[in-house]
Amino acid sequence: MTPDPDPAQDPTRDTAQEPAQEPVQDGARRLAHAPVLDVDPLLDDPTTRIVVCCGSGGVGKTTTAAALGLRAAERGRKVVVLTIDPAKRLAQSMGIDSLDNVPRRVKGTDGDGELHAMMLDMKRTFDEVVEAHADAERAAAILANPFYQSLSAGFAGTQEYMAMEKLGQLRARDEWDLIVVDTPPSRSALDFLDAPKRLGSFLDGKLIRLLTAPAKLGGRAGMAFLNVGMSMMTGTLGKLLGGQLLKDVQTFVAAMDTTFGGFRTRADATYKLLQAPGTAFLVVAAPERDALREAAYFVERLAAEDMPLVGLVLNRVHGSGADRLSAERAIAAAENLEAADLEAADHQPADHEAGENEAGENEAGENLEESRIVDQGGGKAGLRNSPDTYGSSEPPAPAPSGSRPDESPSSGPADMTDESPSSSSSPENPDRTVDQLTAGLLRLHAERMQLLSREQRTRDRFTARHPEVAMVEVAALPGDVHDLAGLRDIGDRLAAGRPELP
Amino acid sequence: MSRLQVVSGKGGTGKTTVAAALALALATEGKRTLLVEVEGRQGIAQLFETEALPYEERKIAVAPGGGEVHALAIDPELALLDYLQMFYKLGGAGRALKKLGAIDFATTVAPGLRDVLLTGKACEAVRRKDRAGRFIYDYVVMDAPPTGRITRFLNVNDEVAGLAKIGPIHNQAQAVMRVLKSKETAVHLVTLLEEMPVQETADGIAELRAARLPVGRVIVNMVRPEVLDAADLELVRTVPRTAVAQALSGAGLGGARRGGKAGQLVDPLLAQAAEYAERYALEHEQRAVLAELDLPRHELPLLAEGMDLAGLYELATELREQGMS
Repeated sequence: MTPDPDPAQDPTRDTAQEPAQEPVQDGARRLAHAPVLDVDPLLDDPTTRIVVCCGSGGVGKTTTAAALGLRAAERGRKVVVLTIDPAKRLAQSMGIDSLDNVPRRVKGTDGDGELHAMMLDMKRTFDEVVEAHADAERAAAILANPFYQSLSAGFAGTQEYMAMEKLGQLRARDEWDLIVVDTPPSRSALDFLDAPKRLGSFLDGKLIRLLTAPAKLGGRAGMAFLNVGMSMMTGTLGKLLGGQLLKDVQTFVAAMDTTFGGFRTRADATYKLLQAPGTAFLVVAAPERDALREAAYFVERLAAEDMPLVGLVLNRVHGSGADRLSAERAIAAAENLEAADLEAADHQPADHEAGENEAGENEAGENLEESRIVDQGGGKAGLRNSPDTYGSSEPPAPAPSGSRPDESPSSGPADMTDESPSSSSSPENPDRTVDQLTAGLLRLHAERMQLLSREQRTRDRFTARHPEVAMVEVAALPGDVHDLAGLRDIGDRLAAGRPELP
Repeated sequence: MSRLQVVSGKGGTGKTTVAAALALALATEGKRTLLVEVEGRQGIAQLFETEALPYEERKIAVAPGGGEVHALAIDPELALLDYLQMFYKLGGAGRALKKLGAIDFATTVAPGLRDVLLTGKACEAVRRKDRAGRFIYDYVVMDAPPTGRITRFLNVNDEVAGLAKIGPIHNQAQAVMRVLKSKETAVHLVTLLEEMPVQETADGIAELRAARLPVGRVIVNMVRPEVLDAADLELVRTVPRTAVAQALSGAGLGGARRGGKAGQLVDPLLAQAAEYAERYALEHEQRAVLAELDLPRHELPLLAEGMDLAGLYELATELREQGMS
């Protein structure tokens, strides 16, 4: 059913079950001590057969799984991505309008590899298990049972169990080099690892035995206690659930009897498959407190279960190309500009002078020099641009001033003749507009820097707790992913090891 | 105003935060609310900066004007034993059931039973009265499962009532359903101004409506402040970089020429503005999609310093001012 994941290839991985990749090149550049997770060697390694992406909801788990799958395929591997509940747009991004329970080839990938994608249909998967393990008549009886129908359509844990079941099936078919699995958005981190065992032990357990075969047990000496417990219990359950539901359960269990052994064996096999070398767990998170707390929990849980964790993918990390300018200084500068604006509005003609005072206050005379040089540069730029073009794209400002917003009244001889002398004091005063805009840019930057430092603090807290976990940061995208190009872009970011700036 | 306020939302949208803020907002002016957690995450305890909540109602916060917020983390297993005790006086037998795995069966495996217990407990708190016949809690706020599961979660009683056609579970399920489908209940959905959460919200509302569950409001969470407006963004596309460099220099940020300190800032700042513009357009679109849902909508700001207890009170005030309570 579930083949051993190729023990012949193991020795290398056994020793390097931590990241199979050397976190060398980027390590020195990072502030925190976390090693960098390098995804390409992981995806390229032929002994990597399963990649499991887990993490809390809303952190981009499915997108990460799809991007990794595409990247591996375009690097030459034959890949299948098993998604649980992809957003419509994501399914469409893989060119598949409706993913279903069968892997479909994704068109438009580059290179020699192949990408297939599928979406888990848990009821269908459950039905298949039943059909595979019972004869036709029995299978039909089970499928028609109301208790089974509820059970398969979604009690807590079915989705998790069926995801693992499907993974086992895909692995057993051995058609793909690499299976990338997205995990269900569980109630808690525990469910995903526990549910298969829980369902397995329930379907295989003594409660079910008691429900189905009271007569068998009753006869034996020493089982009298159980028998008492059993009759009390079925009595209570009968009272609680209503006799008819209990009967449904009993019929279901009786019909399932032959497949019981199978359930536990399968759950155990899947569990072992997850622990085996060849499987790589990636915990996906965003640099937010809750998501990283869940991530820490996953990391601890995976370690406790001997599951091979290779690292953490930290999605939606922000950067800035101007990160030397602190939030505080940016705000101070914005306030400076806004204050200067007010002044300028009060003393209209003194515009230029005000600017000079500003510069004089804050910087040495050298800067003043520079401003003047730039004044001229700006003037030239203004001349190169036709006033009409700007005028049409920016209706509120008078065309000529719009064309040269950087120009102070005293330094633009070329245009002076065309302009009304009062233009600099009009409400659309170009300096004011640019100053306002610049103040806005600075405030935007301050906001970005605050976000950045919050994200860093959150990340560092995680790293302090789990310095051994290799990490890759993926820069935030302003929009959502809509096509393979978008997924490819995320794949590039995943492989780059740190966010591109800004 | 419905007395049972159910708060759902896509993962990562901050539904627990919103539920907590709503409980605080509803508790102002001497009211008493119960904040209920059903997913065993202990998110409420973390938000209110207290130790993990037991299966027991306890006061966790005081609202302005003397109101109180109580909290309860429902543990389905204990809720079932509670329930058995209440209706059948099954003290010791409960333990025997547990030993046999029946409780585990009932709370984790039996279809829907777990959810029946969770919603049942919340509905019980809604209906509970003191000796004088007044409601113990003015409002019950539930931090519910995410949007993708909310309809099934709330509607599971219907399913169970169908599955268990007679008996106390059947009756219980029907009683719960009567509360959930009445005006006593409102289901709110929390979203972000991003494509996927908005889409999921729209889908969730359609599902809730199809199941005839009462949809309340849409709460847009973590709304970023508008730093640049449409006119600014128009100007960003056309402004000569030298002009910005000069303005930066004028603000005291160094030399404006290309190699100067202020000059070096221009490109990254404009790039950030371009990103902002893209997001701004996207948010605009998403607002339009939300507007089509034809539901009352509230917006809560993104707190620059991250979520903490003070921030929670801030959001509660915001909800109150927006007339959500």
